[in-house]
Amino acid sequence: MHDQTMAQLAQALQRGDFSSVELTRHYLDRIQRLDSTYNSFITVTETQALQQAAEADRRLAQGDAPALCGIPLAHKDLFCTDGVRTSCGSKMLDNFVPPYSATLVNNLQTAGAVMLGKTNMDEFAMGSSNETSYYGPVKNPWAVDCVPGGSSGGSAAAVAARLTPGATASDTGGSIRQPAALCGLTGLKPTYGRVSRWGMIAFASSLDQAGTLTRTAEDSALLLNTMASFDPKDSTSVDQPVEDYTAQLSQPLRGLKIGLPKEYFGPGLHPETAAAVDAAVKVYTDLGASVQEISLPHSHLAVPVYYVIGPAECSANLSRFDGVRYGYRCDDPADLMDLYQRSRSEGFGEEVKRRILVGTYALSAGFYDAYYSKAQKVRRLIQQDFIDAFKQVDVIMGPTSPSPAFALGAKSQDPVAMYLEDIYTIATNLAGLPALSVPCGLVDNKPVGLQIIGNYFAEARLLNVAHQFQQETDFHARTAPGID
Amino acid sequence: MEWETVIGLEVHVQLATDTKLFSGSSTAYGAEPNTQASANDLAMPGTLPVPNEAAFRYAVMFGLAVNAEIAKRSVFERKNYFYPDLPKGYQTTQLAEPIVGPGYVDIELENGQAKRIRIHHAHLEEDAGKSLHEDFHGMTGIDLNRAGTPLIEVVTEPDMRNAEEAVAFAKKLHNIVTSLEICDGDMSQGSMRFDVNVSVRPKGQAELGTRTETKNLNSFRFMEEAIELEVERQIDVLESGGTIVQETRLYNGETKVARSMRTKEDSDDYRYFPCPDLLPVILDDEYIDTVRLQMPELPEARRARFIADYGLTEYDATQLTGERAMADYFEATVKACGEAKLAANWIMADLSAYLNKAELTIAQSQITPVQLGGLITRLADGTLSSKIAKQVFEAMTLGEGDADTIIEARGLKQVSDTGALEKMVDEVIANNSQQVENYRAADDSKRPKMLGFFVGQIMKASKGQANPQAVNDILKKKLEG
Repeated sequence: MHDQTMAQLAQALQRGDFSSVELTRHYLDRIQRLDSTYNSFITVTETQALQQAAEADRRLAQGDAPALCGIPLAHKDLFCTDGVRTSCGSKMLDNFVPPYSATLVNNLQTAGAVMLGKTNMDEFAMGSSNETSYYGPVKNPWAVDCVPGGSSGGSAAAVAARLTPGATASDTGGSIRQPAALCGLTGLKPTYGRVSRWGMIAFASSLDQAGTLTRTAEDSALLLNTMASFDPKDSTSVDQPVEDYTAQLSQPLRGLKIGLPKEYFGPGLHPETAAAVDAAVKVYTDLGASVQEISLPHSHLAVPVYYVIGPAECSANLSRFDGVRYGYRCDDPADLMDLYQRSRSEGFGEEVKRRILVGTYALSAGFYDAYYSKAQKVRRLIQQDFIDAFKQVDVIMGPTSPSPAFALGAKSQDPVAMYLEDIYTIATNLAGLPALSVPCGLVDNKPVGLQIIGNYFAEARLLNVAHQFQQETDFHARTAPGID
Repeated sequence: MEWETVIGLEVHVQLATDTKLFSGSSTAYGAEPNTQASANDLAMPGTLPVPNEAAFRYAVMFGLAVNAEIAKRSVFERKNYFYPDLPKGYQTTQLAEPIVGPGYVDIELENGQAKRIRIHHAHLEEDAGKSLHEDFHGMTGIDLNRAGTPLIEVVTEPDMRNAEEAVAFAKKLHNIVTSLEICDGDMSQGSMRFDVNVSVRPKGQAELGTRTETKNLNSFRFMEEAIELEVERQIDVLESGGTIVQETRLYNGETKVARSMRTKEDSDDYRYFPCPDLLPVILDDEYIDTVRLQMPELPEARRARFIADYGLTEYDATQLTGERAMADYFEATVKACGEAKLAANWIMADLSAYLNKAELTIAQSQITPVQLGGLITRLADGTLSSKIAKQVFEAMTLGEGDADTIIEARGLKQVSDTGALEKMVDEVIANNSQQVENYRAADDSKRPKMLGFFVGQIMKASKGQANPQAVNDILKKKLEG
C-alpha cells in the first residue's frame, strides 16, 4: 500500500479496496520497524490513529466522505495537537501538551485524515539539516549518512521512507522546499496568509507559512484543499476563497512563460544540480513553454536580510518560554533572574540561542536603524524585484538548493555555510510568495530539486506546472535505495 | 531663588470593553485568579492576537473628545521585557504610530481661570497581569485575569505648573472618560493610573530641568501629595548644590514616603518593533464619523444644558458637571422632585459634606437620588422645615429609609396648625413678661431681632417642628395686636 500516492490511496479507500484501519496499521507497522534508522518521528500516536481510522471507516461506509477521509498523515511537531505533546524539537517543550489544536490540524481532522504522529524537526524550525533537534538528527532515506535537510527534516524523511503518504510542514526560509529537494519530494510553501498560522508555534511570524510534503503535486493539491482556510483567529490570514487546487492540474502548459533569474545560476551552484535544473527546464520547453532570462537584482541581499528579520522576530516570539507557565523550568531557581537565565540556557539549544542573541542585538537601541529598519527596507526591494518579474513571466524557476544532501555533521559547526543552504529559497519568504520544489534529478545518487515560484495566490497554477512535469518525468516516483 | 515646577502626565485609562484587547476573555474585575485567562492570555505557544473592535472605537471616542486628530493608520509594536506577569515577554502597544494624535483639554482652576493642557498623543496597549507576593510563603503568585485588558495611555505635554493644575487635569480626564462610558473610572480598582513627570527650573529659564517620573498613582490625593513631595525634594536637592538624577520613583500613599525605583542608567532597552502578528490598523472617515455620531454627551455640553434647562447658575452647573457621577445624581434627583435649584443646593452642600466626612464617592452614597428627591419634595410642600429636613437627611445617611418613612417614624412633621401654635405662643408670652414689655416699648427697627428670641423659644418648645413662618405671623399679631 505504501507504494501508492495519497491520491491513489484515497481512491482505494473510497472504493473499499482496504480500510483506513488496515492502511493506518500498515504505516504504524512500518514506522515501528523502520524509523529507528531515520528518527523521523518524535511521537507516534498509535492508539489515537487507530481510533481516528475506525471513525474514518464509519464515514467511508456511509458514503460521501471527504477526499482525505481515512488518509494517514504526520504533522511537523510545531503544529499544536490537542492532548498530544508538541515539542517543537526542543527540550524547552519536551513536556508541553497543548489543550488545543492548530487550525490546519483541525481542518485535516475534520476532513477525516488520520494522525500517525508528530515529526522531528530542527529546534523551533531553526536549521537546514535537522541536526539542531533535541531528539537527535534525522537521517536521509536516500543516504543515511546524510542530512534530510531542514527544518522539516522529519516530515521529509518520513514521506521519503514511505512511513506516511504525506506530511504537514512549515517554511520560514526554505524549511519545506530544501528538505523536499534533498529527499526527492514535492514540497509546497503557499502564499503567506493562505494557511492559518494559529496553533503553529512561531519562529518568525512575518515569514512562517505552513505547507505540504508529499510525493506528488497532485497529493499536495489534495492536502492544500483542506489545510488552507481564512482564519479569523489569525489576523495575517487572508480572507480569500479557497480554490479547488486539483481542478487545474491537467491544464496544458503551452504558452507558459518561465523566467530564469540569472542570480540563481551563479557561483556556488553545484554544476550537476545546475545541469538537472537545465534538463527540467527543457522538459517545459518541450511542453510548449517559453523561457527567458530575468533578473532579481537584490537576490544577494536575501540571506543577510533574513538573518536580521528572522532572528529579530524570533527573539520576541521565544520570550514566552521563560519557565514560568509551561515548558522547561530549571531545578531549584535561586530567584527570578536565575529562573529565567537557567531555564532558557538549559532549555534552548545552541542555534536557537544564537538567533535570539542576534535578534536581540539587531533590535537594540542604537542598532535598530542600522539593522532591523534597514533590513525591512531591503525586504521591500526584494519584494519589488518579484513584482517586476511577474509582469514579464508566469513562473520563476531555478534550483531549490545549491547541492544535494550533505553528510551529517558537515556544516553543523559552520552556521554561515548552513545559512547558505537557503540562498535560493529565502527571498520568496521575504516577499510572501508561493513556491514549491519538485524532484528533477539525481546527483551522486541523491535527489535534487527544481524550485518553481509563483505570483501571490497562484498555488493552483504552481501545482499545475509541477503536475505536468510529473506527467513527463518519474523522479517523484523513485524510491530511495533500500526502501521496499 | 524662585523655582518653577513643570509637570507632564502619563495616564493609563482601562477601557470598559467586555473582552480583552486581543482575546475573547472577560475583563470583569474581581474574579477568582486566572479564571479569565485564555490560552491566548497565557501566551501559550501558537496562539495569536485578534484585535477587539470595541477598543478601537473607544480610543477614537476619546480622541474626538480631546479635540485630537485620529490616525487613519496606527501600528502595534512589541515592547520587550521579562516579567512573570507579562506572559508573552512583550507588551503589545503603540509607539511610532499611535491611534490618537495631538489634542488638548481645557481645565478650570479654583480661581475660575481656564487653562489649556495639550495632549501629545494617546495610544492603545494591553495591560499586564498581577504579581501577588503575599500569602504564597515566600513565593510569588501570578494572576493573569488583567493581562490583555485594553488601556489607552494618554501622554500630555509638560504644560502643568503645579499640583492643582495636574489634579484639575486628571479630574477633567476622569470626567471625560466616564462621560464617554469608555472607562468605569474606579481608581481603587486601578481603572485609571497616573504617572507624573516632575521637574523644576529657575523661574524665567526656558530650558527644562531634569525630570523624575513617579509611577502608578491611583488617586487624585496621592497624585497631589506625590507632586508636592517631589517638588519639595527637588528644590531641596538643587538648593543644597546637588543635581537631580533622572529616575523612576514610587510614592506610598499610606506612609506618605517616596523612594527611587530605578535610575535611567539601569532602565531596560525595550527593543520596540512592529508586531508581525498584527496588521496596521486602518480607519476610514466613515468609521470615524460613525463613532462621532454615537458619542455620548461630554461634560462641557452637559454644563451648558444644565444652565439652559434647569436655570442653574454657571457656578452651580460647573460644580455639578465636574464629575460625571455627580451630574447623573443631580439629574436623577431633579427627576424625582422637580426642584432643580433645591437639588443643586442639597447635593453641593449637605450631600457633599456627608460624602467627604464618610470618605465615600457619590456612587457609594447611602442616600439615593430618589430618596434625596423625596426629601426635597417634603421640604418644598412645607411638610418639613429646613431645620427638620437636615435631621431627616441625617437619618437617611444612617440608612433609615426614605423621607416619608423617617418623618412618620420620628414624628417630625412640621406643625402648621394655628390652634396648636397659638397655644404655644400664649405660653411663651406668659412666661416671659419682661421680654414682652421690652418688645412693646422698642421701636420698629429693633423689633425683628427681639422677635427672634420668641421664635427661638417656640421652636425649642416644639422640638423644631413648628412652622417658623406661621409662628412669626402669630407672634407678631399677639405682641403687636
